[in-house]
Amino acid sequence: MAFANITSPHAHGGNTTSRIMLLVILATVPGIIALTYFFGWGNLINIVLASITALTCEAIILKIRKRPISFFLKDNSALLTAVLLGIALPPFAPWWVTVVAVSFSMVFAKHLYGGLGNNPFNPAMVGYALVLISFPVQMTTNWASPFFLSAEQTLSFTDTLSVIFAGTSGLTDGFSGATPLDTYKHLASNETAIEIIQGPLFADATSGGSASNWFAGGWEFVNIAFLIGGLALLALRIFTWHIPFSVLAALGTCSMIFGWDADLYVPWSLHIFTGATMLGAFFIATDPVTASTTPLGKIIYGAGIGILIFVIRTWGAYPDAVAFAVLLMNFAAPLIDTYTQPRTYGHKKANRGMPAKPDTSAADTSSKEG
Amino acid sequence: MQTITLHSFNGGIHPQENKFQSTQTPIAQLPLPAQLVVPVGQHIGAPAEVIVAVGDRVLKGQLIAQPKGFVSAAIHAPTSGKVVAIEQRELPHSSGLEGICIIIDSDGEDTWLEDIANGSQAIANYLEADNDVLVNRIRDCGITGLGGAGFPTAVKMAVKGKHIETLIINAAECEPYITADDMLMRERALEAMRGIQILMKLTAAKNCLIGIEDNKPEAIKAMKDALHQVHGEHYIAVVTIPTKYPSGGEKQLIEILTGKEVPSGGIPAEIGIVCQNVGTCEAVYRAVAEGKPLISRITTITGESAEQPQNVEVLIGTPVKHLLAFAGFKQEKSLFQKFLGSLSSKAESSESKPRIIMGGPMMGFTLSSDELPILKSSNCILAPSQKELPANDIASACIRCGLCTEACPAELLPQQLYWFSKSGELEKAEQHNIADCIECGACSYVCPSQIPLVQYYRHTKGAIKEEHAAQQKSDRSRVRFEARQDRLDREAAEKEAKRQARTAAAEKAQAAKKAAAAKAAEEDAVKNIGADQSSADQTNTEGAKPEAVDLEKLQTQLDAAQAGLKKSMDKVAEIKAGAADSDKEADTLDVFEKAVATRRDKVKLLALQLAEAKKSAPPVKKEISRDDIEKKLRAQQDRIDKTKQRFELAQEQGSETLPALQKGLDKQMQKLKELEADLAQFDKAGA
Repeated sequence: MAFANITSPHAHGGNTTSRIMLLVILATVPGIIALTYFFGWGNLINIVLASITALTCEAIILKIRKRPISFFLKDNSALLTAVLLGIALPPFAPWWVTVVAVSFSMVFAKHLYGGLGNNPFNPAMVGYALVLISFPVQMTTNWASPFFLSAEQTLSFTDTLSVIFAGTSGLTDGFSGATPLDTYKHLASNETAIEIIQGPLFADATSGGSASNWFAGGWEFVNIAFLIGGLALLALRIFTWHIPFSVLAALGTCSMIFGWDADLYVPWSLHIFTGATMLGAFFIATDPVTASTTPLGKIIYGAGIGILIFVIRTWGAYPDAVAFAVLLMNFAAPLIDTYTQPRTYGHKKANRGMPAKPDTSAADTSSKEG
Repeated sequence: MQTITLHSFNGGIHPQENKFQSTQTPIAQLPLPAQLVVPVGQHIGAPAEVIVAVGDRVLKGQLIAQPKGFVSAAIHAPTSGKVVAIEQRELPHSSGLEGICIIIDSDGEDTWLEDIANGSQAIANYLEADNDVLVNRIRDCGITGLGGAGFPTAVKMAVKGKHIETLIINAAECEPYITADDMLMRERALEAMRGIQILMKLTAAKNCLIGIEDNKPEAIKAMKDALHQVHGEHYIAVVTIPTKYPSGGEKQLIEILTGKEVPSGGIPAEIGIVCQNVGTCEAVYRAVAEGKPLISRITTITGESAEQPQNVEVLIGTPVKHLLAFAGFKQEKSLFQKFLGSLSSKAESSESKPRIIMGGPMMGFTLSSDELPILKSSNCILAPSQKELPANDIASACIRCGLCTEACPAELLPQQLYWFSKSGELEKAEQHNIADCIECGACSYVCPSQIPLVQYYRHTKGAIKEEHAAQQKSDRSRVRFEARQDRLDREAAEKEAKRQARTAAAEKAQAAKKAAAAKAAEEDAVKNIGADQSSADQTNTEGAKPEAVDLEKLQTQLDAAQAGLKKSMDKVAEIKAGAADSDKEADTLDVFEKAVATRRDKVKLLALQLAEAKKSAPPVKKEISRDDIEKKLRAQQDRIDKTKQRFELAQEQGSETLPALQKGLDKQMQKLKELEADLAQFDKAGA
């Protein structure tokens, strides 16, 4: 009888990459629902457009690279990048901004490095940074304002479609506006905190715009929704607590230390619950391919992102800084990994740093001198 | 006993246990197989030496191979019968290598050896016996670790000089499917406990901890009852540990029960701990109290392809085929597989062939045939179906998710080790402690990309070992080459020094002689005019002698140096011709090329010295005697005769060398005439 010769181990737990990616996509659904509820159809349309673009781009580049297309497409990683970009980009951004961002991230930030697992930079953030710098006008003027500021309604579906694909102007009047972070930062030079939060953007969403609080209307619910999704992923052990915890802790600590005076700086409640903070902490910074891999390294990496988010938001030119913070820490991840190795069982201390070159004997040098 | 605090080790996984299948029936006795194949090397250490011959009749329990050296174990005949062959056979090992096996045809009688049958080998009061006697008994009975590694127990018990604090009994059996230890404890707890007492005596440990996973409640109860029976509660404790793979690994079990870590590259005895499998304890009891050598063990036969999964007591050397048949092994293909098989014209791929695994699903290895025998360390035969343990899917890219890092019990970074293995960065892999990997398979179990991680680590460990060996070899060659160079230089320097000394001495003698001669010349200046001439001649020849000696010496030195240069140049050419592209070859090449350069310089120097010496040496006047001329004449005559012979032969053959020979012959005749003239002149002058 002929028997197969396979080496151990023979048992496998049944986990697959595509399942992990799919779970992450599903965890963004609460956040997407919140965004659509508060800010209209723009994000959803962008997500669909981005997904189609991403899958098409990936198929084309796989064909060029002579790789099996369905094997790689079905690991859902392109889909995940597209969904994250669709969420991050402004709801009324023209279709070509989305297409450029997604195709650049697929081709340049992922496949030209060798495909999934080989990229040093977060592809979604590379695409976002590219369009932010290349098309500043489109990226800063196309944000939506929450529905309670525009007579309890968001722009209709067909109108949103025509804004995104046809670039019809005038439709977004009354529906678009600056982001809360941007607003607070600019108003802080003139007004006190109390005065700022009287503004419409900081209205309490639950009271229909009448009361005001320290959170930005609508945005806090979006962030809470992403927080819920992130905690679900944590419970499913898709990633460990290190990165999200350290991002939020660093950002919160910085904003409390430096932002003690709400009249001068953006208060910590806005930092944590506005903009892309929760999305960044749970979905973007935790991208396993580009983050640090050691437990201590993850904490340093997350803390670095948190600090950079605060620094760029406060003293930088951009209102939201998650993309740049993540990209900057992506640079540092390999170095962090080298110096944060954990202690192995049976060793007294960890082997940190680069390995020493093996010491060839002294006979080597004397023979070289001849 | 003091309360035991349980610790935990990092990581670990919880695979499906699949143990219930083989614990439904008690341990069965396997019927006697027709033939037994007993390898002599089934333990860690040197294989045993065969002491029987082909055709010998052996009895059950008879010694058929004795231990060779200290780390070795004895082999005994598992049943009575005749030795039909002693030959190389494939061993059940992941390497598939061969080893000497003693093949015995059983006679069906199963007769014990007389001494064992009448109980004379048993030690009556073993708890009062001398430790040396007990260790010798264990050694003579060939007891090795039954947990899977097969380390000779007598060697482990030789702990003289090492202070052992705790004896740990490994009854965890963490791997799925395997239930051999579970059933042993359920049915033979008392014997195992008594064996534990013997081991405690031998190691002089203060306390004993028996670690059992909590998925074996019946076994725990049985062991606790046995403990009560032997009244050992004050120094032995049965500890229930949480079920997690791989808590049965020695290092992990030690960490769970004591919180201590075995130092990397060391053994548990260094931290005062000795670890033994519970099956080994039972075997020790049988050897000491009943005098029975290790000739059988309990093995689990399980898997969906086996109709009756169970535990059996099987004789060492039983072919696996026999065991599979007993358990109803069916290699039935599903309808779908048959359909697939009919579609494809290619030979069956690995995925559709059945697998027989010796060991568990995490660390067991596949057997290439069912003729291979059961060894002392074979705790399980697993015959899975395709659905049960599917072969891994194609690996996709590593997404650096870190699940492997979370699962690793050795607290390594499997992900980084994978990247370094893939890119061949052996130094970095070594620095990340790949040597501490216990190859448990927890990392690849959790990997979502289905990457065969353990296979990468095995390969890299081998590559690192190879590189170290090559580096050592190259270093050794370098040291020896250096030593040789030093020796040659030293010898040359000594020769040079001697030469200098001799030159100085010769010059001194020459100067002294000159002074003496000058003095004598002054004194005899008026007396003898002719004496001047001869003394001048004498000093001339004497002065010429050291010069002649110098010239000769320099010439020999030059010849030696040139020979050495040629040797070095040949070596360089050889290396260049057969060189592979490796740094070590380039290094040795460099060394030899430098040697060539040094020697070339030396040759040049010596040639120069020789030329100078020749120039400065006065011409040596040779006194030609009549005998010299006569000798030359005779030699020339001989030469001419020879040439004449060749000439005649050439004439007969009509050879083309005829005119050349003619010319040569003419020249030689000319020379002869000259010599004759010289002789005549000499005679004239002399006369």
